[in-house]
Amino acid sequence: MSEAATAKVFKPAPPVDRITVKVDGQVVVVPKLSPDWQGKLVPTTMIQACEAAGVTIPHYCYHPQLPVAGNCRMCLVEFGTPALGPDRKPVTNPDGSAVINKSPRPAIACATPVSPGMEIYANTPGVKAMRQGVLEFLLINHPLDCPICDQAGECKLQEYSVEYGQSATRFVEAKVHKPKAVDLGPRIMLDDERCILCTRCIRFTRDFVGDDALGIVNRGSYNTIATYPGHKFDNNYTLNTVDLCPVGALTSKDFRFEMRVWFLRETKSVCPSCGTGCNLLIGSRENRIYRYTPRDNPAVNGPWMCDAGRLDYKWIARDDRLKDARGSRPEVRTWRDVLAELAGRLRPATAGSVAIVASARLTNEELYLIRKLAQRLGAATDTIPHLGDGDRLLVNADKNPNTAGARLLGISAKPAGANLNDFAAGIRDGLIKTLIVFREDVTRFGLGADLLGRLDTLVASNVLPNETTKLAHFVLPGCAPAEKRGSFTNIHGRVQRITKAVEPPGDARPEWEFLGELLELITDRRAPATIEGLFNQMAGEVPAFHGLRWAALGDSGVTMPLEPGK
Amino acid sequence: MPAVEHRLILKHADTPGYTPDLACYQRHGGYDVLKKALALAPKTTPDGKTLSPQEQLRQEVTTSGLRGRGGAGFSCGMKWSLVDRKSGKPIYLVCNADESEPGTFKDRQIIYKDPHQLLEGMIISSFANDVRLAYIYIRGEFVEGAKILNRAIAEARAAGFLGRNILAAGFDLEIHVHRGAGAYICGEETGLIESLEGKRPYPRIKPPYFPAVLGLYQCPTIVNNVETLCHVKHIVAMGGAEYAKLGTPNNTGTRIVCLSGQVQRPGYFEVEVGKATLREIIFDPAFGGGLRDGRKLKTIIPGGVSSKVFKAGEKVKLKGRGPDGKETVNELDVLDLPYDFTSLMAAGSMSGSGAVIVLDDSTDIVAALANISTFFAHESCGQCTPCREGSLWMSKALDRLTHGGGRAQDADYLAKIADNIPGGRTICAFGEACSWPVQSFVGKFKDEFAAKGAADQARRQNNGQAATKT
Repeated sequence: MSEAATAKVFKPAPPVDRITVKVDGQVVVVPKLSPDWQGKLVPTTMIQACEAAGVTIPHYCYHPQLPVAGNCRMCLVEFGTPALGPDRKPVTNPDGSAVINKSPRPAIACATPVSPGMEIYANTPGVKAMRQGVLEFLLINHPLDCPICDQAGECKLQEYSVEYGQSATRFVEAKVHKPKAVDLGPRIMLDDERCILCTRCIRFTRDFVGDDALGIVNRGSYNTIATYPGHKFDNNYTLNTVDLCPVGALTSKDFRFEMRVWFLRETKSVCPSCGTGCNLLIGSRENRIYRYTPRDNPAVNGPWMCDAGRLDYKWIARDDRLKDARGSRPEVRTWRDVLAELAGRLRPATAGSVAIVASARLTNEELYLIRKLAQRLGAATDTIPHLGDGDRLLVNADKNPNTAGARLLGISAKPAGANLNDFAAGIRDGLIKTLIVFREDVTRFGLGADLLGRLDTLVASNVLPNETTKLAHFVLPGCAPAEKRGSFTNIHGRVQRITKAVEPPGDARPEWEFLGELLELITDRRAPATIEGLFNQMAGEVPAFHGLRWAALGDSGVTMPLEPGK
Repeated sequence: MPAVEHRLILKHADTPGYTPDLACYQRHGGYDVLKKALALAPKTTPDGKTLSPQEQLRQEVTTSGLRGRGGAGFSCGMKWSLVDRKSGKPIYLVCNADESEPGTFKDRQIIYKDPHQLLEGMIISSFANDVRLAYIYIRGEFVEGAKILNRAIAEARAAGFLGRNILAAGFDLEIHVHRGAGAYICGEETGLIESLEGKRPYPRIKPPYFPAVLGLYQCPTIVNNVETLCHVKHIVAMGGAEYAKLGTPNNTGTRIVCLSGQVQRPGYFEVEVGKATLREIIFDPAFGGGLRDGRKLKTIIPGGVSSKVFKAGEKVKLKGRGPDGKETVNELDVLDLPYDFTSLMAAGSMSGSGAVIVLDDSTDIVAALANISTFFAHESCGQCTPCREGSLWMSKALDRLTHGGGRAQDADYLAKIADNIPGGRTICAFGEACSWPVQSFVGKFKDEFAAKGAADQARRQNNGQAATKT
């Protein structure tokens, strides 16, 4: 995998043939060939040339990551090509400019290749009239139910209506009625009346996912999106069709009727559900998360993400979240007192008497602080691998978001989890007296209640209660990734930032905050008080992160070699 | 000189005692042309190039000036010359036997009465284009036609005209019959190809999916009409140059005209292209024999219902060139138009599939257009927006207009809807097909549409007033 990832990044670009065209009078030079949705080089199209010229062409069915369909006709433009004389050479005007033969017929910008000297007219009255015509056709049978439609606010029909729509309709016939609230599958609801039949959903599930689940039945204006009879639209990528749908036809059962999209605050972050680290937007309002949507990152997930990752946010708002810090005695319950008591116990610990089960669900910065703590205490560390099903698309079998980070920071054993048996033996033999556990239930991984009962000190940090937190002498409530800042290193070595979208409940705090304070209490040396400072210190100190700066990670991250030095 | 029938394709079809079996076909010289084609030797041209038998055959077709008989009238030789022969992929020939343009009933005459003629044309065309697998896409409603073709294919295979090593010339060919499921759009060549692949017949976007390069199964493909393929046989028999003497320049050969509507003798007539005028086809006793007693001509749909109509008495201007090479403009009555590809196009319509539909003065023009629009609304595949939404919109408006719900502005209303559909706004020519009738009916009979709408509106208002009084 690392080889493939490296090849993707460092492959030298082949020499590029270029074509000069004009878009609305503006000269623009574009490559003769451009990547299609599969990355294959095919002739550059008008829509790509227009984009290069900064001219946006309205469209519904076109999507750069899907095969071209050319059915919505919204991207029709006028164009001309250089006139050729009988000698097949371009004819020139007296001033030396090329004579252009304007095509009598328009062309769809999404599928028509550009040719040398082509002139594209993207904003003539004729083009605008065509867009108006197409938009009118799309709206005559549309229910116009924006007030109750979840897509309102991010709907292409609404957006283009502002530019090309008319405020009054001349349509006086009866609208076509189609099925509403069609239960397509466990996560998707379809309103066929809102559908504009652009076939993005069909192409996505057929060509990207490989699940030919959707199709069109009936004819003409009665065309209807449907699943095969008796089949459900149920793969792990169905919710992408909700994003793809340019109108409100496909809605997420999870999100529909929950919140108007313009009230949502969008926070850029990364999905913590597996080693892929799909970039996402957290949609939240008043400290509640309403949805995750994928954020385009060609180096990681493109514009997609899986359904499982997208819906993996509900636990954040669970009522039984750990909210209170707890020390060994009931009266110790403020963070200051808990950390002071814990530091008091850890400071005199002898090397080898403390073991730390960290987690590859923690951020690089938090693992870096744990590394420092372990170094100070002479403690052995490890993480617990969580493996599940992967697929050939986005889902990685590694369910930890930061396995690579934990390895690069030297927290994980080789292989990860290999130290757990030693920890069990050490506790049984009385050598290990203190165990610190982050984000894990070690009772499920060979360190049962009987073993934990032998410890002098059991410290558990988590966001949700489990057997380990119940048995712990110290409980340090932590944060979900959506509640804190930091970075993860994905399975291919890409270091990506996560950002706080909502506040943690109760007294729960980001792990990096209280780890820094604990470290200061033990070492009398202050850790950086900001994520930026912490990350930059780590990058200076840990070879695998050398050369990185927090600011340079940007919104889409930076890929580091997974085996430093190679 | 009065127009006469010139039967080339239908030479034997209606002869008493002529049957669609192989023996009868062979008694009438059947498959002799195939033998001639397969026996061709490489030929050296005066400039020293060597032409393979296939190249010679293709050249004959180009020389003949044959234009496609399916509707668009595209040059057959040109179509064949566009085929990508260097791709390394197989080349397919598909016979378009979907004959679904309303008013058209010529291909079925060939299929039902003389199927071997089509097969011979296809085998020669396949040989000329290095095709090893050919399909006949026949409309689903031709149940018997499919049986006849399958029977003929079996006969031809048994006689060594199909299969492996045909006539010991080292040429292999299989022909399969594929039945459609009843959709007009399957007559559009790329829709047909999709359907043949087992998919919804959504026409493909061009570029990139030109059949000559990326056709059936993404391989180079030739799609020709039944009648066109039959002509290939006669071109090879006569020689392209000799064939080109039939008809008129740029409109060579013969074609089968399907005459229907309110005439005395509806039926099909094979004429040299351009040698008969619309007047002759409709009124000549040898052809349509005129209108029914006491009726006057109202309108002519000259090339299937998707062509623009002509109004009786309409004057059209034809551009031409005089003997001195100067451009001439000839104004003539629409009835005096020679029935050929070029003239009808110059007059603003098309000869399409050769279907002439005659409507007399008993016709309610609004109802006639409503009928046509209902057809198109039902047959639009619904892939692209303007045609999908526009065809049903026009149909609903016309339905309203024929059921007493008209408005004074409905003529303009219809024309404006129709104007937003054609002219390259749609993926295939269906957009033109559904809007041209509306544009031309409403354009040429605007007074009737406006009067109907205004009358409806006035009646509703009167009813309203009457209701208020009581």
